[in-house]
Amino acid sequence: MNLPRARVRRPGRLAAEASALLIAIVVAFPLYWMALSAFKPAGEIESGEPRPWTLAPSLDSFRRVFGQQEFGRYFLNSLVVAGCVVIASGLIAFLAATAVTRFRFRLRTTLLIMFLVAQMVPVEALTIPLFFLMRDAGQLNTLGSLILPHIAFSLPFAIWMLRGFVKAVPEALEEAAYIDGASRARFLWQILFPLVLPGLVATSVFSFISAWNDFLFAKSFIISDTSQSTLPMALLVFYKPDDPDWGGVMAASTVMTIPVLVFFVLVQRRLVSGLGGAVKD
Amino acid sequence: MLPAVRKASDAHARRAGRPGARRSAAGRAGRVRGGWTPWLYLAPALVVLGGLLVYPIYQLGLISFFQYTQAQVSGGEPATFEGFGNYAELFGDPRFWQVLLATVLFAAACVVSTLAVGCALAVLLTRVRAVPRLALMMAALGAWATPAVTGSTVWLFLFDPDFGPVNRMLGLGDHSWTYGRLSAFFLVLLEVVWCSFPFVMVTVYAGIRAVPGEVLEAASLDGASQWRIWRSVLAPMLRPILVVVTIQSVIWDFKVFTQIYVMTGGGGIAGQNLVLNVYAYQQAFASSQYGLGSAIGVVTLLILLAVTLVYLRLLRRQGEEL
Repeated sequence: MNLPRARVRRPGRLAAEASALLIAIVVAFPLYWMALSAFKPAGEIESGEPRPWTLAPSLDSFRRVFGQQEFGRYFLNSLVVAGCVVIASGLIAFLAATAVTRFRFRLRTTLLIMFLVAQMVPVEALTIPLFFLMRDAGQLNTLGSLILPHIAFSLPFAIWMLRGFVKAVPEALEEAAYIDGASRARFLWQILFPLVLPGLVATSVFSFISAWNDFLFAKSFIISDTSQSTLPMALLVFYKPDDPDWGGVMAASTVMTIPVLVFFVLVQRRLVSGLGGAVKD
Repeated sequence: MLPAVRKASDAHARRAGRPGARRSAAGRAGRVRGGWTPWLYLAPALVVLGGLLVYPIYQLGLISFFQYTQAQVSGGEPATFEGFGNYAELFGDPRFWQVLLATVLFAAACVVSTLAVGCALAVLLTRVRAVPRLALMMAALGAWATPAVTGSTVWLFLFDPDFGPVNRMLGLGDHSWTYGRLSAFFLVLLEVVWCSFPFVMVTVYAGIRAVPGEVLEAASLDGASQWRIWRSVLAPMLRPILVVVTIQSVIWDFKVFTQIYVMTGGGGIAGQNLVLNVYAYQQAFASSQYGLGSAIGVVTLLILLAVTLVYLRLLRRQGEEL
C-alpha cells in the first residue's frame, strides 16, 4: 500500500520538499544575517556591498559589546529574572493546576474562567499602575520589579496549559497511593510532580520568553540604577536611530538570542508534544 | 451516589444539553473533595494574581478617572477627581480614533497573515520527509526563540537603506522603509509574522498529526484536492485548535509593543505608526499624562475583554468542559 502511493506522489512531494527547504532558508536568514554581521570586522558593514559572507571574521563587535560597562551584569540580571520567573510560576502553576483538575469545589469553574480571562489582560496597559505600586513598595530599580509582574502574567497561561498534563495522570494512581499510605503532600511532590514535569518544561518556554523578552518593564521600572537593568536595554545602547552601530547591535542581539535558542533546543521535543497535548485536551 | 444527587446531576446534564455531560458529571462527583486543600494549593496563585494583576487593573481604572500628571505624581498637588474627563478628552481627539483604527487594522493584518502562513506551512510539514521537515522546524523554532527586541533590530538592519541586503537584492537603492506610514507598518508586520507563525505552525502540525491517516487517505483516494482536503476534512477536525491559535494571535498582535516601539522609533514619524499600547505609554511616561494613559489602557482592556467573551462562547458552543 505504501509503495505505489509514494511513487504516484513523487513529483508533487519533491516540489513540496524543495519549497520547504527554501522557506527554511528564508526563515533562518535573519538569524544568519545577525550572526554574520556580528562577526564582520570593524568597517566592513559600513563599506559598500552587503556581502552574504565575510572574508575576515573578527570578534571586534563582541569585544565592543562586552567592553561596554556592565554588559555581563545585564546578562546575569536577565538570566536571574527569567530563571526566577520560570521556577516560581512553574511551581505556583503546578499547585493551582492540581487544585482545579483534581478537586471538586465551589467556584472551580469560575476560577478557570478567570484564569482564561486573565490571559487576555494587556500587560502593557498595567505598566502605569504597576509603576506606582513598585514605587510605593520601594521596588523601583530592583530586579524584583521585573520578576514579580512576570510571574503574575505567565501564571494564567501556565495553569491553563498544565491542566491537560495533570488531567492525564490517572486518578487510580492517586487512589493507589493513598491506599499505600502516602500522604497528600507525598503524592503531590513524589508522584504527581515528576509525572507532570514534561508538561512543566513545555510551559516554561512561554514564561521564559515573556521574562527574557521584557522590554517595557525594564524601560519603565529601572530608571536610575542601571546596574539593575537587563539585556534589551544594553542592546539599545548600540542602537541609536540616527547612527546605529550595526556591528555592536548584531553582536549584542546574538548574545541575547543564544540562551533562548539553547533553551529551545533542549525542550524542543517536549514543546511540540506538549503543545499537541495541551491543545487537544 | 445517592439517588437524589444523581437525579440532580442528570437534570443538570440535560440542561447543559451535551452528550458527554452526563457521564462526566458522574465521573467528576467521584473525585476527591478535599475540603480546604484545593484552596491551599491555589493560595500562592491567588495571592500573586490578586496583588499584581487584579489590584493593578483596579488602580488603572481608578487613575483613569483622575487628573494625574507630573505635579500629582511628585506630590506637589493633590489628584483631582475628573469623572469621565479623560475619556471625554480621548474620544474628542481625532488622533485617538486614528490610532484605534490603525491598531485594529494592523492587528487584523498580522493575525490573518500569521494564520495563513502558519497553517500552510503546517500542511507542508506533513507532506515532506524528515530532513526538510527538520530544517523548517528548526528555522521556525529559531525565529520563535528570537527575543522581540532582537528580532526588531535585525529586521531593521535587513531593510536598512544604506547597509541592508534587502534593498540591494530588490534594487531599491536607498529607499527608506520606515519613512512612509504604510511601508513602516508593513515592515513591522513582516517581523511580527516571522516570529509568531511558528507557534501556529507547530500547534496546527501537532493537531494534524493527531488526525487518523486513514481519513486523509480516503479523501485523497476519492480525488479531493489539497485545498478541498484542508477545507472539508482538516479544518473542521482542527477547529478547536484553530480557535485557540486564532484567539492567541488576536491577543498577541493587538498588544504588540516592542516591535512598534523599537522599529518605528517610538511610534513613527509624527506618530504615524502609533498603536494603542504605544500611544498609552507615550501619553503616560513621555508626556506625564498618567490619567489619560490609563484611560487608553482601560479602552484596550475592554476591547480584549470583548474578544475573550467571544472566545468563551465559541468554547461553550463546542461543548468544552471546563
